[in-house]
Amino acid sequence: MMPPVHALLQIATPQLPPPSGAVYLIATVIKMVVVFSLYMVTVALLTLAERKISAWIQDRLGPNRVGPGGLLQPAADGLKNIMKEETYPSAANLPLFVLAPAMSFVPALLTWCVIPFASPLPTPWGLIDMVVAPLPVGYLFILAVSSLGVYGIVLAGWSSNNKYALLGGLRSSAQMVSYEIAMGMSTIPVLLLAGNVALGDIVRQQANGMWNVLGLTVAFLVFLISAFAETNRLPFDLPEAESELVAGYHAEYSAMKFSMFFIAEYANMVTASALMVTLFFGGWDIPGHWDVAPWTVWKTVATGAFFAFKTLFFVFFYMWIRWTLPRFRYDQLMALGWKLLLPLSLGYIVVIASAILGLDAAGVARGSWAFGGALLGLNVVIVAVLLFLIDRGRLISPAYSRLDQRNVEKLRALAARSALMTEGRN
Amino acid sequence: MPTTKRTVDVQLSTSGLDAQGRPVRVPLVTDQQGNVVPMAAPEAIEPDLAGEHMLINIGPQHPATHGVLRLVLELDGETVVRCVPHIGYLHCGFEKIGEYRTYNQVIPWTDREDYLNSPGNNVAFALGAERLFGLEITERCKVLRVIALELSRIMSHLVWWGTTCIDIGAFTPFLWLFEERERIYELLEMWIGARLTTSLTRVGGMAADIPDGFMDKLTGFVKSLPKTIDEAERMLSKNGVWVGRTIGIGAMSGEEALNYGLSGPMLRASGVAYDVRRDFPYLDYETYDFDVPVGTSGDVYDRYLVRVEEIRQSVRILEQAIRRLPDGPVNVDDHRVILPPKQKATSDMESMIHHFKQVMEGPRPPIGEAYVAVESPKGEKGYYMVSDGTPKPVRWRIRPPSFVNLSAIPKMVEGHLLSDVIAINASIDIVMGEIDR
Repeated sequence: MMPPVHALLQIATPQLPPPSGAVYLIATVIKMVVVFSLYMVTVALLTLAERKISAWIQDRLGPNRVGPGGLLQPAADGLKNIMKEETYPSAANLPLFVLAPAMSFVPALLTWCVIPFASPLPTPWGLIDMVVAPLPVGYLFILAVSSLGVYGIVLAGWSSNNKYALLGGLRSSAQMVSYEIAMGMSTIPVLLLAGNVALGDIVRQQANGMWNVLGLTVAFLVFLISAFAETNRLPFDLPEAESELVAGYHAEYSAMKFSMFFIAEYANMVTASALMVTLFFGGWDIPGHWDVAPWTVWKTVATGAFFAFKTLFFVFFYMWIRWTLPRFRYDQLMALGWKLLLPLSLGYIVVIASAILGLDAAGVARGSWAFGGALLGLNVVIVAVLLFLIDRGRLISPAYSRLDQRNVEKLRALAARSALMTEGRN
Repeated sequence: MPTTKRTVDVQLSTSGLDAQGRPVRVPLVTDQQGNVVPMAAPEAIEPDLAGEHMLINIGPQHPATHGVLRLVLELDGETVVRCVPHIGYLHCGFEKIGEYRTYNQVIPWTDREDYLNSPGNNVAFALGAERLFGLEITERCKVLRVIALELSRIMSHLVWWGTTCIDIGAFTPFLWLFEERERIYELLEMWIGARLTTSLTRVGGMAADIPDGFMDKLTGFVKSLPKTIDEAERMLSKNGVWVGRTIGIGAMSGEEALNYGLSGPMLRASGVAYDVRRDFPYLDYETYDFDVPVGTSGDVYDRYLVRVEEIRQSVRILEQAIRRLPDGPVNVDDHRVILPPKQKATSDMESMIHHFKQVMEGPRPPIGEAYVAVESPKGEKGYYMVSDGTPKPVRWRIRPPSFVNLSAIPKMVEGHLLSDVIAINASIDIVMGEIDR
């Protein structure tokens, strides 16, 4: 049903939400189109950026043949992937095999819907929120949707009917499920402080007080590490671990289906960076107290640009880490997740909850200098203690996973029964 | 667990007709009752692949097997229960081919066996041939060969280091180190014209003396290499992830290492200070001042530290060699093994005869046999050759250190995780060209 035209032309107060549902509908469609296109272009350019940044780190030039400075490389890659032959392994489970790339790609896009990317835009038809879908359950939506991403990878690994892919799929399911928990727990303090799960409120709370990275440093660190693991980026890229599993879960994929996994990886990276910015770095907030109502178009542009800058910084951080660190081993990754990050974030929830309760009871106003200062001081102490206490040599210990000789013999006896060996039998 | 047993039927796999359309006859045998019956195919046990464990092939086409090594792993989850290495995918028959080549013609084949260490192989083979011929090489040649050996050691260790970084997941040091390797290749290109397959030596000398400006370039390289080494080491040696991936992995005690016949950095990392350069010196290595680095626990991390220190020691040796390089002839003054100058070959009767005999037949060693061992980057590399007085060796054999070192991999990986197999395999520093020959 088309919205009546006179509803659009009705002049509303720019500083208040639009009075008519039609305006809301049209604005949402425009936002969807703009955000989707911008997002996909960014993701495409990021594949180039990754290659350029790695080249910069490694004293190389990077792609520079296609277009000025290699700018058209993503287009060439996309074209190549469309032209290539789609291959299907004969023993693959075809429906799942085809579905899996889409299943890993869609959640990354969906998550982006609820992230506010600029201050509200005043228009003659009312104040438009700069978020595709200002859901009241914003953060819960993110938790729910981002868990879906693991299905794409697990199914890709399983349906390929390839041992390497299967190992990759198994690794990723274990990894993503474990780190999901640490990630969810690390954000509870943020929600406690904001008193709400809507991302808009979380940003507003930080804009009024101080950025959560200062007040909740430990939560930020846990979230950062978990986000790396969630997006399967080095040092946690075990599901694809090139030198071990060849290409892991997408070993059997070709052409556009492979490309979808590739795009999904970068899309996930952008989304995770945007989440980090929203939850801990004030979202679109620019330091100083000038980005508050009354809203203007210039404020929207400036905050949007600043949000993009912050997000791209974290994307750069992702790439920086990838080209610096070696890869964890599977059991070390699990130990880090379950033995360190999870207890740490659980303990931190208790500490922060007590601190907030104590400060409230003492009558310190939320968002005041005293409130922020107290949390900041608490964090400095906790981080200092952690840096002294965490013994990396014990947690990420190298050889403890090695079975001793007796257990290896036991396992071999097990195998002998199932006649794995064809030699030495008469 | 039930075992599926199946009798393979000989006739099942064919149409039963041969190329001329006649029925194929099955060999006939007598059974226990004395009746003549078609022979039954031998019983083959069908592997039960749906058992408790998973068999997985690492290689022969796999990014981390450094060529075409194939490791058949039996995995329990990700834990390695058994590892069976399979080799031979790169077999070229170098040793057999060598029996049909004169001694100088064998040298290009030595380039191709351990292709990361070509100058070192050339020198080692020439040393063996000279022992067979009973030649005493010149002082300048000795120093030049030391330079070639140490450059090729650095080159090989840089490749090992870089590829190990990739195997453990760090990509960046690989390219930094390959840039240095590129500079060694430039030096070799300047010297001999080739980069990878150098064929640098000849029996009784070198293929070419060093060109003008070589020493300056070498000095510059020797000065700047330690900076890159330090930089790459800063990325790794105290990196928590790197340390976590390497310490205690694939550990071999000194005794075990000796029992398996390991040599080179693999043996020294286990605490046995055996270095051919030190214990059975050749090319006057006893007059050079260098240390033999030794590890304690024989794990991947110790092997890494030993190799990095060896690069530094090679730089020390190179510095000394640059200082002491004497003037004088490179080749021995014996035209029965070294070609006379081309100009003399066309003007002087004696020289022409030498030239003709050498080109058409090749130099003839006395009857006998010789074995020479050198410290290659991978370990003790030996060349053994037998002569019956003809210009071609009757038998030529290589003792490949990679082959012996690889034989310990089933022992080293058992009980470890799949990821550790890759790290351990990288730490052995294998070159399949040398193993399969």
